[in-house]
Amino acid sequence: MDIGARRSTFKFVLVVVGMFGFGFALVPMYNALCDAIGLNGKVKMQASVAEPVQVDTSRTVTVQFVTTVNGGRTWEFRAEEASVKVHPGEMRAVKFYARNTEGRDLIAQAVPNVAPMQAAKHMRKTDCFCFNQQPFAAGEEKHMPVVFMLDPALPKDVDTVTLSYTFFEVEQVAHQGAPAQPKI
Amino acid sequence: MAHHDHAHDDHAHDEHHGPEKGIMRWIKTTNHKDLGTLYLFFAFTMFFIGGLMSLVIRAELFHPGLQFVDPEFFNQMTTMHALVMIFGGVMPAWVGLANWMVPMMIGCSDLALPRINNWGFWILPFAFAMLLGTLFMEGGAPAGGWTMYPPLVLQTGNAFPFLIFAVHLMGVSSITGAINVAVTILNMRAPGMSLLKMPLFVWTWLITAYLLIAVMPVLAGAVTMLLTDKYFLTSFFTASGGGDPVMFQHIFWFFGHPEVYILILPAFGIVSTIIPTFARKALFGYDSMVYAVASIAFLSFIVWAHHMFTVGMPLAGELFFMFATMLIAVPTGVKVFNWVATMWKGSMTFESPMLFALAFVFLFTIGGFSGLMLAITPVDFQYHDTYFVVAHFHYVLVPGAVFAILAGVYYWIPKWTGRMYSEKWGKIHFWLSAIFINITFFPQHFAGLAGMQRRVPDYAVQFVDWNVWSTIGAFGFFLAQFIFIFNMLACCYGWFGRKQGLPDRVWEGAHGLEWTVPSPAPYHTFEVPPVISDNEVTAAHDSVDALDKHKLS
Repeated sequence: MDIGARRSTFKFVLVVVGMFGFGFALVPMYNALCDAIGLNGKVKMQASVAEPVQVDTSRTVTVQFVTTVNGGRTWEFRAEEASVKVHPGEMRAVKFYARNTEGRDLIAQAVPNVAPMQAAKHMRKTDCFCFNQQPFAAGEEKHMPVVFMLDPALPKDVDTVTLSYTFFEVEQVAHQGAPAQPKI
Repeated sequence: MAHHDHAHDDHAHDEHHGPEKGIMRWIKTTNHKDLGTLYLFFAFTMFFIGGLMSLVIRAELFHPGLQFVDPEFFNQMTTMHALVMIFGGVMPAWVGLANWMVPMMIGCSDLALPRINNWGFWILPFAFAMLLGTLFMEGGAPAGGWTMYPPLVLQTGNAFPFLIFAVHLMGVSSITGAINVAVTILNMRAPGMSLLKMPLFVWTWLITAYLLIAVMPVLAGAVTMLLTDKYFLTSFFTASGGGDPVMFQHIFWFFGHPEVYILILPAFGIVSTIIPTFARKALFGYDSMVYAVASIAFLSFIVWAHHMFTVGMPLAGELFFMFATMLIAVPTGVKVFNWVATMWKGSMTFESPMLFALAFVFLFTIGGFSGLMLAITPVDFQYHDTYFVVAHFHYVLVPGAVFAILAGVYYWIPKWTGRMYSEKWGKIHFWLSAIFINITFFPQHFAGLAGMQRRVPDYAVQFVDWNVWSTIGAFGFFLAQFIFIFNMLACCYGWFGRKQGLPDRVWEGAHGLEWTVPSPAPYHTFEVPPVISDNEVTAAHDSVDALDKHKLS
């Protein structure tokens, strides 16, 4: 095999290794894009700083709440009000109700999502049950708070925002807790 | 390496050297012609298995309601049919044709990495044994679709790791094949064979090889992430851990769209070879063909999200991907125009390879047009995941890629075996294939537009007529392929008293180095680089001479 062929083989192998890495590099790139433009309705999982802003009373936006439990589980999970009307800039507190209907302890994590996606980065939450994992004893019920504000920069054509929460069981943690169960 | 070179020189001077006898010839071979043959037989076997799966699907869909298989097995069939046809049928068939033809077309003795070539082939039977073996496992084969979208695919049972590692092995095999072909083309062309004198099959394969090298590793990365999500507690695509299942679709289609051009670009090369031969004219617009293929390859990297318009994207994103996708119609239109212009005022004859090539131009264009319709974002919201999509990609893959493979095999089988196939049975095979493939897939356009969803074993009764036609067509097409394989095997083994003794230039209108070696092609060709005469490049090139000869009017 001549030098030229060996050299180009080597180059192509480098490209293969590089592109394998590129596949993984797409992950942080995608997440950065989601943070920057709210792609796919992703919202921050940490509390925002509550800066006081001018409340824009000329606009009223309906915020609807959607709740889902992942994987066909029977937990009760709902917003205590199906929807609220807010002015951009106004801080608002709502409560979500959840009850563990399964006969065992479990730990749940809620994942939020906002539609339409251009509203995602204007949804500011200073408190949310989704910021932490929520432990539920068997049969335990909870009233969980969400404090949020839509910032006044919300695009003018958005008059309805849907905030959705999906509850997932954090299986690994639940597994660790499982051995204690038979003793109860 | 030095030792290997020495050994190779010795064997080049051994006049009586031929293939080893028995099964070990095929296991140990590093000869590009042997490996080409192995690849083609492997691909045919996979087409047969994947075809049987499609018959299970079509039998179930003959009538609404559930009759033969349960929905879980139906989903396994749609998933496995796609994986087997794409990675086991079309891709190995292209590598097989590249193995046979690329060295003979550019005038070198073998591919650059013969041992890697052997390895690349022999991984495939293991990969597909793993994949097909899942059909017999508890829980059955993967059933979440060939696109392997999470979270659904993460619910696959015991078959899951087999699916992932089979995809890894197929990827390794195609990457080795692609590197081999690209290195050969870049470094081992005969003196005088400059890049813009290469036959178009070589050009399209070079570009295909670049696409494979660029995107197969991305697929390997994506399925590796699926594997770690399922077994090693990562959360690339798991929403509960902060991941995003939609990200998988972006990564997958970043591989997936170039992949569809990997499946079709070599077909462009074959059709660009066959049409000039049987129109007895130089190919119209050789340079524009090369640039068109290169532009299609480039555009394939920036259109992936048109497969996922409905996941929710910013409006600007949807517009960008819509327009970028429509842009592909321009170079593709250039190619179709060039094929038609090549035939214009040619002295055409209609042997089997030409018939398949002409059907390719016509039917692939239909698939291209339905692709344009799907590119329009607002209407894609209606067409998404319907039988319209199924009709579209089967039109570009079956009368597209598969017809071009058939055309290529008919065209070169006399060179490979030294025996002419039966033209009568070739024509019967063509007409049955062309009619039945349209009966199969044309009605699916209508079923899809009317709202029939893909990947569902049952459907509403108003779609029943379209599905009855489709099923009849599928069985007819499948059966017609036995004519083909017997015709080709008869050439290989000299059945029905077929004699060797064809001229070097089997087709009078054919140009290119492969027609300067005897028929059948000797086990070793071009051990000494050939001198390239103008006659052999005119087919590829509309040189000044060629233009004079074929001046219009």
